[in-house]
Amino acid sequence: MKIVTIDREGKTHAVEGNDDWTVMEALRDSGLPIAAECGGACACATCHVYVEEGWLEKLPPQLDEEIDMLDMALEVQPNSRLSCQIICSDEMDGIKVTLAPE
Amino acid sequence: MNDLSATGDGALGPLETDAIVVGAGPAGLFAVFELGLLDLQAQLVDILDRPGGQCTELYPEKPIYDIPGLPIVNAQELVDRLLEQIAPFKPVFHLGEMASALKKLADGRWKLSTNTGKEIIAPVILIAAGGGSFVPKRPPIPGIDAYEGKSVFYAVRKMEQFYGKDILIAGGGDSALDWTLNLAPIAKSLTLVHHRDGFRAAQHSVNQMRELVEAGKIDFQIASVKALHGDNGMLESVTLAGSDKIERQKEAEILLPFFGLTMKLGPIADFGLNLNENLIPVDTEKFETATPGIFAIGDINTYPGKLKLILSAFHEAALMSQAAFHICRPDEKLRFQYTTTSSTLHKKLGVK
Repeated sequence: MKIVTIDREGKTHAVEGNDDWTVMEALRDSGLPIAAECGGACACATCHVYVEEGWLEKLPPQLDEEIDMLDMALEVQPNSRLSCQIICSDEMDGIKVTLAPE
Repeated sequence: MNDLSATGDGALGPLETDAIVVGAGPAGLFAVFELGLLDLQAQLVDILDRPGGQCTELYPEKPIYDIPGLPIVNAQELVDRLLEQIAPFKPVFHLGEMASALKKLADGRWKLSTNTGKEIIAPVILIAAGGGSFVPKRPPIPGIDAYEGKSVFYAVRKMEQFYGKDILIAGGGDSALDWTLNLAPIAKSLTLVHHRDGFRAAQHSVNQMRELVEAGKIDFQIASVKALHGDNGMLESVTLAGSDKIERQKEAEILLPFFGLTMKLGPIADFGLNLNENLIPVDTEKFETATPGIFAIGDINTYPGKLKLILSAFHEAALMSQAAFHICRPDEKLRFQYTTTSSTLHKKLGVK
């Protein structure tokens, strides 16, 4: 599956996402600048992305843990998600995300 | 005779030890143990106010499953056990201090200075700084740097400086809520700004905050800070934007953003260690950097095949210590011993 990713300069990247990987892992593996300081433990809010409308509704609901952790993110919007909490799958093929500011 | 060379810690002069460890996370802590087995004394510097690094700061409650011999251990428990393990070697901790400068002395040793002016001298420097120093997350508000330290603060050192001010606090965690409650009585006005009507903070703090809002003592806005207005770093008002994107102005003399900590490499970048993408290249025999006497272990180093795992840092600490011994004790022969059988090691460890 592909993750259409817009970086902080506005450039678009088609990132390959393997099944069962998290979107954060796929973005990190592709070399995009995503800090993901805690390594995917939902404990730092530094893998923050904005999910494009349309895709947001298709994602499984956020766990309380993620909602709480987003309180430590900057520039939170209604479509904010932590990319370590989004799992890649065929249904997610073409999902569009934008890296949040650092 | 007066010692005119005395600097740093008052009349005591600079501190001296065998190895200065920058970073008191699991890598730095276990290095104290491996150094200690070789009779090398260590002093640790860490910007956090307690040992443990990421384990303690980011995910103390999270279970770790890949520490050899510990099928499951919480991150904080691992740190506690490491502290217990190194206790016999009486490590000296300099907590809440940032390693800010490194200088080579004429006698070949290193002098590390901290941001509080402390100076430590040792033949060996060990960088075990993980992802760098934990520093407050800085909101991406244009021009915020001009206000920092004057009217924008990421920590409260002296409450009195906020007496009678129009204060705006941004965030929804424990720090944001605690300072809302603490500063409300002394502020001229206090506004809490958060992106949602829900909080990560402790429920009783949230309840107290809501009571203050209902009593009209503080204001709560579901919004985020978009722009700062003022002259010469002195804040006068801010622009807030709600989820409806509608912007409004709010008077504020002080902004306190509380969004937790993030890792920045900091002054280590200026230690002359040939950084490669913010990592320190080392060899895999001694985990020494290109600069003799300076070693790097744990998440901050890089070498072919590097894995950022705590267990890798432990291995690196053991090999690094062997090399450090030869630098600290050039005239002595290193005796390789096992903790299972060596009576001298047992003595060091306090085994009865």
